Amino acid sequence: MLTQEEVSRYSRHLIMPEVGVEGQEKLKAAKVLLIGTGGLGAPVAMYLAAAGVGTIGLVDFDVVDVSNLQRQVIHGTKDIGKKKIDSAEETMRDINPLVKIVKHDVALTSENALAIMGDYDIIADGTDNFPTRFLINDACVILNKPNVYASIFRFEGQATIFAAEGGPCYRCLYPEPPPPGLVPSCAEGGVLGILPGVVGLIQATEVVKLILGAGEPLIGRLMLYDALAMRFRELKLRKNPECVCATGGMKLIDYDHFCGIVKQPEPPPLVNEIGPKEVKAMIDERKDFILIDVREPHEFQIGRIPTSNLIPLGELPKRISDLDPNAHYVLHCKMGGRSAKGCDVLRAAGFKRVLNMTGGITAWSEQVDPTVPKY
Amino acid sequence: MAKILIPTPLRQYAEKNNSVDIAASTVGEALASLTTQFPDLRKNLYNDEGKLRSFVNVYVNDEDIRYLQKDATAIADGDTISIVPSIAGGRC
Repeated sequence: MLTQEEVSRYSRHLIMPEVGVEGQEKLKAAKVLLIGTGGLGAPVAMYLAAAGVGTIGLVDFDVVDVSNLQRQVIHGTKDIGKKKIDSAEETMRDINPLVKIVKHDVALTSENALAIMGDYDIIADGTDNFPTRFLINDACVILNKPNVYASIFRFEGQATIFAAEGGPCYRCLYPEPPPPGLVPSCAEGGVLGILPGVVGLIQATEVVKLILGAGEPLIGRLMLYDALAMRFRELKLRKNPECVCATGGMKLIDYDHFCGIVKQPEPPPLVNEIGPKEVKAMIDERKDFILIDVREPHEFQIGRIPTSNLIPLGELPKRISDLDPNAHYVLHCKMGGRSAKGCDVLRAAGFKRVLNMTGGITAWSEQVDPTVPKY
Repeated sequence: MAKILIPTPLRQYAEKNNSVDIAASTVGEALASLTTQFPDLRKNLYNDEGKLRSFVNVYVNDEDIRYLQKDATAIADGDTISIVPSIAGGRC
């Protein structure tokens, strides 16, 4: 039963036959779990709260950082440093105090996923990494709950519903994750701030349609959105008869291991690395070495180390013939990942004296020169 | 001619092109021609055994080639071949 307050609040829903009182009661009774309250989770949480979804669970262990605010509109400048779930709850309560918000201040793991997800009807995956995406998929298959999925990169988004009754799962589409380092992350590749708004609201729309049982759900179809071209395309998704979701016996595994993420008990050998402070000392002492920045030109424009030479990682193989294999090199990037690959490229070409600057220009900003902006 | 759409994460290996027109009669030929033109794409599309990587799917128009004739899937003039890699971003 809807209260008088609810009737007033949801009147624009109630006067549509596709929702009506019955639909609004379904929304009120629904329990939806949002995993991640970042770029995608922000619009989903705000609109589902506004729409009157009765119970909304939030899973996140992160805190709000200033660099989140370009897209995570559920958080504000006043929230920097706060837990994302607390900041999200505050915004949602302001939008609609009638919905129940359940906070899960944890990282989703193979140990806790089934217990947390078991209490909800629908799961919305707004995470940012492959291990968690496979974990959510597998848990949804085991629990037989639909996974309303979206992911984004730069100007592109993908959305679909996995693990719905009779429909394909994430593993039907992608049986395995990419090896680490082959596909750039958002932190490395960037994302247009508005993109998760558009893609997240596709997710929110599909959640509401599943609850109402209205329209054609995005099951068996992968929606691709290209913001630069402003074009939506739809591809067919089929349930793979050889997939573990079809053959049975799905169980939760060690997803970091599955995704090739090796936990390193000891830091890697230091002979190939050098810290930013030591690089600064080498510059000050006018040591004979060449500092190469392997980032992209647009990152170089944000901030640079004055004596550095820009050779983007992708161009390094072509430019190698211009470099003296006997010279001494230090390579850096934003955080140290790409420059480590650059060092491998040079070493494979027979360069003997190549060091990777640990932590990249981010660490340089923190340890040497705070006037170089972090991004 | 068929059009191959290059997704954002792989454009850096294809001289920043978002699409490439290629004359070929099968998907396998089209991708071989593409990776000859852009050798850096090869390791992102194929594993060491020369098989299409399992986090990359290839579609002809709206159909996954795994459910057609895979590499041997015929392509006609005006077809669109999409390379669709998995992307993970969202919360970040």
